[in-house]
Amino acid sequence: MLIRKPSEFPSSAITPKDEYINRRRFLRGAVASGLGAGAALLGADRLVDLISPSARVFADTKLQTVKSPLSTSGEQLTSLQDITHYNNYYEFGVEKDKPAQNAGILPTRPWAVQVDGLVKKPKTYDIDTLLKFRPLEDRVYRHRCVEAWSMVIPWVGYSLSEFIKDCEPLSTAKYVQFLTFYDKKIDKWGTQETSIFWPYSEGLRMDEAMNPLTLLTFGLYGDVLPNQNGAPVRIVVPWKYGFKSAKSIVKVRFVDKQPGTTWQQQNAREYGFYSNVNPTVDHPRWSQKTERRIGQPFYAQRRTTLMFNGYGEQVASLYNGMDLRKNY
Amino acid sequence: MKKSNLVLLKTLAWIACLWPFAVLAWGAVNNTLGADPTAHIELTTGYTTLMLLTIGLGITPLRRVSPRLSWLIKFRRLIGLFAFFYATVHMLAYVGLYAGFSVQSMLEDIAKRRFITMGVTAYLLLIPLALTSTNWAIRKLGGKRWNLLHKLVYAAALCGVIHYWWQVKTGVLLPLPFTVAVIVLLLARPVLTWRQRRKVRPVAV
Repeated sequence: MLIRKPSEFPSSAITPKDEYINRRRFLRGAVASGLGAGAALLGADRLVDLISPSARVFADTKLQTVKSPLSTSGEQLTSLQDITHYNNYYEFGVEKDKPAQNAGILPTRPWAVQVDGLVKKPKTYDIDTLLKFRPLEDRVYRHRCVEAWSMVIPWVGYSLSEFIKDCEPLSTAKYVQFLTFYDKKIDKWGTQETSIFWPYSEGLRMDEAMNPLTLLTFGLYGDVLPNQNGAPVRIVVPWKYGFKSAKSIVKVRFVDKQPGTTWQQQNAREYGFYSNVNPTVDHPRWSQKTERRIGQPFYAQRRTTLMFNGYGEQVASLYNGMDLRKNY
Repeated sequence: MKKSNLVLLKTLAWIACLWPFAVLAWGAVNNTLGADPTAHIELTTGYTTLMLLTIGLGITPLRRVSPRLSWLIKFRRLIGLFAFFYATVHMLAYVGLYAGFSVQSMLEDIAKRRFITMGVTAYLLLIPLALTSTNWAIRKLGGKRWNLLHKLVYAAALCGVIHYWWQVKTGVLLPLPFTVAVIVLLLARPVLTWRQRRKVRPVAV
């Protein structure tokens, strides 16, 4: 729990990880040589970490992962810096660099995810249970924002379907709704800078949620999620515009009717419930035919947007017979 | 105001007005415009245009409030032309980086997307003002007609603010400060006129 305090520090002040680890090794040596009297000040759990020469060098944040066949290949990954400093997380400020500055105060431990609605029995899952529930997979996905920019992000997580099966939804459950953590004393920017009605709500049709691509996500780049990226647990739906992928989830609710979702409530003409990435259906305010790849120089950003963000092979069949112009 | 002070202030005004552009140009050359350079260029130039238009609209009310500030008029043309300069860069960035120089996609945007229609309108309103900014044009038009023509800047500023509101997502309040500033500065004009008349009347009676 010592990493996540990005707020007051410029990125230049952040110690590179290698250096940091070296520093900790040095400290460990210092403790071992009996110079560790002051180390008690650091708190008990850190002391244990300092003294025991365990292999868990970055124990606080590093996740153990396995490979996945569902990972996207052949794409250049967006840098960690850009993934973590160019965010839409309006509860922590509406400008892209604000969540990185402000989200440090989001309390990610203890954390529980409540499951209710049309389930056999309502349950509550502790975050540490969820982290160990299934092997964590490395899943590189393209990420396409409705604002026409895109990234390639190496997420860490497992298919949401694994979790949903454990929730034991009733056969009457047709949709699943996700609610994001909200406390107006903590996410104060959401109220100051917008007129949006919080908490953030998103939803998927049951078969969309059960598609193996839909990821219950705990990390990126092999580490736990930074707060601004939706710590400690979020959804990632790679064939839909980014706002469909709810962050920092505290509640999962199974329902029989299409749930109200935040952006649809804000402006139904611009943000549909489905919001599949679709270059042939324009956003009212801009074309969705192309996108700007984050981290490229200004003259090289433009690229063609792919239907279903390039995941048509896995998901197109979900929408057979549907008019995607109407169901945007 | 002393001549030397004026020269100094003008120099500072030039530097201040060129600063955002210099930072952008430097960033473009070194590729340090952040994660989304295209959006950064577009947002910065649009923001600076609105900022300069708002500052420019502030000059007349300030001069009327205090005669000691009457020298501010010497900066209005400079500010106005820089507003036009940033608006032009804003347009060019749209044409090149968003529309990819495609006339068809620009026409489509203008027809279909009201925030672009509004932005283009604001820009078109600024063009005659920039063209008639020379002393020669003022003389040629005559003060009265020139003044009347340059009232177009009120409409341009309002269009600019509406363009901003229509560009951001519903519920995002970023354009609010500019909106309040522009409305206050526009309303200040009739209010100041009304106050002046009230002051004058008892003397006349």
